[in-house]
Amino acid sequence: MTEPTYEIALTVNGVHRTARAPARRLLSDFLRHDLGLTGTHVGCEHGVCGCCTILLDGAPARACLTFAVTAGGAEITTVEGLAAPDGTLSPVQRAFQECHALQCGFCTPGFLCTVTALLRENPHPSDEEIVEGLSGNLCRCTGYQNIVAAVRRAAGED
Amino acid sequence: MKPPPFGYHAPRSLGEALAALAAARDGKVLAGGQSLIPLLNMRLAAPAEIIDINRVAGLDTLEAGPAGVRVGALVRHARAERSAEAARVQPLLRLALRHVAHPAVRSRGTVVGSLAHADPAAELPAVLALLGGTVEAASVRGRRTIGAADFFAGPLESALAPDELAVAATFPALPPRTGAAFAEIARRHGDYALAGVAALVTVDEAGRPAAARAGYLGVAATPLVLDLDVSGGRAAAAADAAGRLDPETDIHASAEYRRHLAGVLTERVLHAAAGAARERGT
Repeated sequence: MTEPTYEIALTVNGVHRTARAPARRLLSDFLRHDLGLTGTHVGCEHGVCGCCTILLDGAPARACLTFAVTAGGAEITTVEGLAAPDGTLSPVQRAFQECHALQCGFCTPGFLCTVTALLRENPHPSDEEIVEGLSGNLCRCTGYQNIVAAVRRAAGED
Repeated sequence: MKPPPFGYHAPRSLGEALAALAAARDGKVLAGGQSLIPLLNMRLAAPAEIIDINRVAGLDTLEAGPAGVRVGALVRHARAERSAEAARVQPLLRLALRHVAHPAVRSRGTVVGSLAHADPAAELPAVLALLGGTVEAASVRGRRTIGAADFFAGPLESALAPDELAVAATFPALPPRTGAAFAEIARRHGDYALAGVAALVTVDEAGRPAAARAGYLGVAATPLVLDLDVSGGRAAAAADAAGRLDPETDIHASAEYRRHLAGVLTERVLHAAAGAARERGT
């Protein structure tokens, strides 16, 4: 029996994209495999690590806990969409680079999307709000100190 | 870590959704998916059919009135958390929602979905139980309103019939001279709590605690509500409450440790809720 597929159309980083996929296709796999956008990383696939965090209609979401078919029609921003079209890094990306907030880089796409959303909603977070905002993303090598410092810098607080 | 195949339905109206649910053999409702999709990814659940209600019109209403906060099935945690009106009518909702997982989960997860999932370690079932709230269930057979005391049947088990959809839940408003508080202890921020408690404290005209009620999570098979006698002070009330709990031991914590946490947290929330009641006045 062949599994039925669905035509899924959504806007990713300002570009209209379509592909066919079965209903069980996770948005994380849809972005990576069907659309070839491998910037979104896949870690735990059950919503714990935060690596696959993207912006769905502007709000941070776990791409691994969303079906692509449910997200049809939505506006998605992935890590590939954070920099300007000419490659100029976003303030959050620049702060991560300047503060050495990444080492292996595996968790970085999720952190960048999470922090972008955090600062959009709360441009001047307190240290407590920064830690709370980052609590859903795991980093296993850089350590969190530099990531917190990068959020402060991106918020213009250091 | 990929979901198993399932039949997929994306109804546009409540009627279509209920018809799909009634016709489904082993059907499961998908709203925010923040509890269901991990279960599918880990293959702990394999429903034959999924009824995705995300495109159903009319389920995303959030109404805050004198009677309470009525939350439609598609209201995300984040929206309920941010609603100033909801926080004014029933502050406990926002206090508890801040402990639900992480912001990225709360932007997709739904309040009613958390109730229907009926996890005894989750925050919102304990809040609904404490407040004596209700869940509205709809099916092709009709509608009914289920009180929180009857809604939570067991761990991960609600009173919803297989063909019923929880379309809304109502969290009653905070009564006069009453304050609310919420506290929990989790190993990591955003994890399910080892133990947690929500409390309502009503103060008399002199500002002294006159009545208190607490709703516990993580210490029983369903959310547990206890009336507390605060006449002897909050420490005695907390010790008495802890003595009435019979939590289980699991890999995360022993029963004794959970009981201890519940006692400590009870004292904290009684203090905070009484303070909130005094601050709020009538």
